[in-house]
Amino acid sequence: MNASAEDHIVYRLRPGWRLQWEEAQGRYVLLYPEGMVQLNDSAGAILSHLDGQRDVAALIDALSQQYPEVPADALGHDVREFLTDASQQGWIYHD
Amino acid sequence: MTDLAQPSAARPDVGDMGTGAPLWMLAELTYRCPLQCSYCSNPLDFAAYRDELTTEEWIETMRQARAMGAVQLGFSGGEPLVRRDLETLVQEARQMGFYTNLITSAQGLDETRIEALRDAGLDHIQISLQAGDPEIAAAVAGSPKAHARKLAMARAVKAAGYPMVLNVVLHRHNIDDLDAIIALCDDLGADAVELANCQIYGWAHLNREGLLPSREQLEIAEATTARWRERLAEKGRDMRLLFVVPDYYAERPKACMGGWGSIFLTVAPDGAVLPCHSARMLPMDFPNVRDQPLESIWYDSPEFNRFRGDAWMPSPCRECDERHTDFGGCRCQAYLLTGDPTATDPVCELSPDHHLIEAVRDQAAADHRQAVALTPRNVHESRVFCRE
Ligand code: SF4
Ligand code: SF4
Repeated sequence: MNASAEDHIVYRLRPGWRLQWEEAQGRYVLLYPEGMVQLNDSAGAILSHLDGQRDVAALIDALSQQYPEVPADALGHDVREFLTDASQQGWIYHD
Repeated sequence: MTDLAQPSAARPDVGDMGTGAPLWMLAELTYRCPLQCSYCSNPLDFAAYRDELTTEEWIETMRQARAMGAVQLGFSGGEPLVRRDLETLVQEARQMGFYTNLITSAQGLDETRIEALRDAGLDHIQISLQAGDPEIAAAVAGSPKAHARKLAMARAVKAAGYPMVLNVVLHRHNIDDLDAIIALCDDLGADAVELANCQIYGWAHLNREGLLPSREQLEIAEATTARWRERLAEKGRDMRLLFVVPDYYAERPKACMGGWGSIFLTVAPDGAVLPCHSARMLPMDFPNVRDQPLESIWYDSPEFNRFRGDAWMPSPCRECDERHTDFGGCRCQAYLLTGDPTATDPVCELSPDHHLIEAVRDQAAADHRQAVALTPRNVHESRVFCRE
């Protein structure tokens, strides 16, 4: 995976939104005013690593360690694609 | 892990696996309210329910709902700020893991209380406005001072770090003023505005002729909203406008509450549990958290099971391909218009009762009455409807 300018972006959850593990549903959900997104495993895994500190490169690193069986290239690609989508949807933002 | 999520793929599982858990609980803390909106969705006989759940009973009810899987919690009323224990309830709810929403008219709100609610962990505040123009606002809400308070509190909520979400109930007396309403919201710095045409239940049904806009008014309002969306986009202003069409002008009924007893429950001030906040008007006796655990109310009570699935449906819903999309529409609307809660929602063009809706639309096109002719929602008027 080539380094890109994107690597240094620090994404955060939109203010007022909350990521939460829901035991009853067996998944992460994204809670926002009067609504909820039910996340699949991968989306939940990615968003659970957003801590306001990690940039995209560090996020991909952390996920690679958590899922060593996934080829690094594919993982990097998928994470970037997800983050772009999620920011277009307004779930996350960066400065 | 090659199936990394696309946001659009992150959808709820909708299976036919029987009844799922409630995800949403609306806590109507009280029917008391300093305002008198003539479209209020509270029951006409609200004054008959004075025995509100105590702080401990509310906490226990929230605990049970949370244990069942509910995660969104709305505090509404009446005016929830009337309850002095609101901060305590918010704090308890937040600690249980609820996402807490306050739905308020802002009467009783001040900077100190906003601060206290924020400290308690409140996640979101939604303030309702009646109009852009203070005089219309006063006529609709029955209070001359309320409007100024709402504007000040909208600013204070934003200053406290919350997104400013405003809700404006539209009807024939303020809908022509929509341009000014949106301009006001823009001025205030709102992040999102719900332009919700009033739905015709409760007090709004009583005042239907005086509230329902004509189709022409509605079309102009939709065009105004579209123009504003463009204008906002041009100046790079992020203020979302959500326009909700009144059922009476829709071609198909809405899937009310995502289906009866499917994801949503309301707990009324006295502890009655309802599938939606209007359902109290139906000729049914709803179970109460004072008599029965929430879990058995949700899963086992005849009331919550009555309109689940499609076995109860009449023709034409029973044979219709859309029956799992809109669930035959709203039970309250069916009852209000036809006297039969099991009828197909007359909003549907396929309903044998659809002419009832058409007649009301025709009347709305011809009517020109003023806002003063509306019946205010207050205790005095409510007593007329109480079965005491
Ligand atoms: S709609 Fe108006 S009268 Fe009814 S509870 Fe809300 S603010 Fe009070
Ligand atoms: S007939 Fe019934 S199920 Fe079909 S669209 Fe109309 S209301 Fe919905």
